[in-house]
Amino acid sequence: MDIQDPSFWRSGAISTTLVMLVVLAFLTIDSLQVISVGGANVPKYDVINQQIGYAYNWSRRADVPVIGGPQPLFGKTVTEAEAAGLMRTGKLVIQSRACMDCHTIFGNGAYYGPDLTKSWLDPAWQQIWMPMTGKTTREDAMVEFLMHPDKYPTWTRAMPNLHLTEDEARATVAYLKWISAVDTNGFPANFGQAGTSP
Amino acid sequence: MYRSQKLSLRYYAAAITLFGVMILFGLLSALYYLFPSMLFNVFNFNMSKIMHIDTLVIWLLMGFLGAVYWYLPKELGREVVGMWLAELMFWVFCAAVAVVAVVFLFVQYGGANEFSMWFINQGRKYVEAPRWASIGIVIVMLVFAYNVIATCIKAQRMTGILWVLVLDLIPLLVVYLDAFPVVTNMSVDLYWWWWLVHMWVESTWEVLIGCVMALVLMDVMGTSRRIVEAWLYIEVMLVLGAGILGLGHHYFWIGTPQYWLSIGGFFSALEPLPLLGMVVHSIYDAGMHRMKTANQPAFFWITAEAFGNFIGAGVWGFMMTLPQINLFSHGTQWTVSHGHFAFYGAYVCGVIAVLYVAKQHVSGAATLTGRAWKWSFGLLNFGMIGMVMALLLAGMAQAFYGRAIGGSTLMAFTAASENLWFTSGMWARMLFGVVFAAGYVVLVYDLLTSPKRVPVLQAQPEPA
Ligand code: HEM
Ligand code: HEM
Repeated sequence: MDIQDPSFWRSGAISTTLVMLVVLAFLTIDSLQVISVGGANVPKYDVINQQIGYAYNWSRRADVPVIGGPQPLFGKTVTEAEAAGLMRTGKLVIQSRACMDCHTIFGNGAYYGPDLTKSWLDPAWQQIWMPMTGKTTREDAMVEFLMHPDKYPTWTRAMPNLHLTEDEARATVAYLKWISAVDTNGFPANFGQAGTSP
Repeated sequence: MYRSQKLSLRYYAAAITLFGVMILFGLLSALYYLFPSMLFNVFNFNMSKIMHIDTLVIWLLMGFLGAVYWYLPKELGREVVGMWLAELMFWVFCAAVAVVAVVFLFVQYGGANEFSMWFINQGRKYVEAPRWASIGIVIVMLVFAYNVIATCIKAQRMTGILWVLVLDLIPLLVVYLDAFPVVTNMSVDLYWWWWLVHMWVESTWEVLIGCVMALVLMDVMGTSRRIVEAWLYIEVMLVLGAGILGLGHHYFWIGTPQYWLSIGGFFSALEPLPLLGMVVHSIYDAGMHRMKTANQPAFFWITAEAFGNFIGAGVWGFMMTLPQINLFSHGTQWTVSHGHFAFYGAYVCGVIAVLYVAKQHVSGAATLTGRAWKWSFGLLNFGMIGMVMALLLAGMAQAFYGRAIGGSTLMAFTAASENLWFTSGMWARMLFGVVFAAGYVVLVYDLLTSPKRVPVLQAQPEPA
């Protein structure tokens, strides 16, 4: 063994890389099962028919989503296929309007606007936007806000109008509700547990 | 000078121009934090950020292509095969970038349909470019790979560095294929998106810049091939050994299983090692040659690359790579601090080094003198370090007040953003950003002015 010899290190580089790639391949197969729709961490799309919460779980030592009883979105229970259609549109809205170049989802994106992982559960809908928009349900307030965000600013950094149609806005709300039910290993922590200001 | 080196100069010119565009949009993006109603509903923050980070990816890629087109004929002692195609691709590349820029500036976004994905904006961070343009990039890279491989075959020669380079081009291209699909399930979307982003910046690009730095070291410092190649292999071994599973530090919170917390935390914590190795390597090399070099600017930028890569990527990354911390720092200005420091240290400094190598050859000067390069070196580094520190403080305030104490709601986010640490951080970042931009101006000035000619015997022996 001659550590001055490049070919010694070349073998090391090749074997290390191959081993790591094989391990990654196995982990990827497993992970993709867990994160497929209906997998252990990612609920089916029709979870939007149910109530969604977020609470500390002592055995996991992390906050986890809690799926409760029926709570149909916009008061209408949807089939799995209908839910999937909504999600497809919702995702396309999020991509076509480049939402994640201002916001984050699961903490990924840009940091000009707040994280949207638990947006569905944000107390701001009840406390600020329902009164502001004059809507009586959270989802209606969300649709109204998403269609005319520039009319309902909460502080200096307002959201611009991205010209969502009503269908697009409803699909986006559905998407955000579903996103809030994904098990993210406790991110974000203590959501909504604290007071509002430091 | 080889024809491919002329092409390389063109790539450098395009790269440095886009670097300027990138800085402009960086400054603009930073300005929204100070004056949020600026350009509201006309040109919003997201479009500005897209311009900033997409030009970043493109100009660095162009810098890499330029560096390879520069060194490839030197390594193999012959002209690159398929030059006319390569030259054509340069213009295709530039035209595509220009069209996409115009669409981003004036069309900005479309409806929730496939048309938008194909022709307007795909809205996935770093790879927002519409699909047709992504296909263009794939074609450019395929031609590039063809140039490299065909030249190696024609020359019937292969060096260790070129082997690494050629093999590295495969994953570089393969992970880019993730720039196309629309995956409804966000967890799966992000799973593959991170293959692209992480495997680029923390693996394949890191290896690519390793090859380029190896070539520059031999060129500028006269380091022996044996040493450079041994180091390159060690680097590849450690970078990929830690980096491939280090991918796990992006799988903490996207819905992926809990085991990623330990795997990602452990392996990514090892990622700084190869970067530290490179620092040792460069110090050792500099000592060996008593820092005597004909190209001082290039030497300074190589050294900055080694340190910047280690501190910006290694130390700044390590700081928040353990899940216990990342839970709070994830997706705050803390991330931005690391992103800037790492990209700058690992790649920007390296590309500037090759620019100075080219400058020396083109001007035929025996040594590069003058004060301008020192000023730009100082201003760019000072500006970047200032920005990064300001962002770190702002990010820590967000992690603490917005996340840990505030509980991550809209109101917590707002409160943290109004916190004095955050607001002063944003102002300081702006200030240092202007310093950085000044450094860029001096850099361009210095690269374009020819040094005082000290006549020498035809500085570079013409290729055989
Ligand atoms: C040249 C090498 C590197 C570059 C260019 C780089 C760049 C970046 C960028 C741009 C991001 C933000 C990604 C995004 O959300 O858009 C990021 C995230 C991250 N990087 Fe690096 N990085 C490098 C190396 C490293 C290393 C060596 C480590 C660990 C030791 C590391 C740890 C992290 C972590 C933990 C995050 C996630 C931050 C978060 O949770 O928000 N990086 N990196
Ligand atoms: C005058 C200089 C610059 C200024 C003022 C600036 C400003 C900004 C701003 C405001 C953002 C958006 C962050 C957010 O979402 O809140 C950003 C993102 C980014 N910039 Fe810069 N930038 C500058 C130079 C650079 C340079 C030289 C690089 C690369 C070396 C760079 C790489 C990045 C990256 C990778 C991101 C994405 C980070 C992330 O989202 O995690 N920037 N920059």
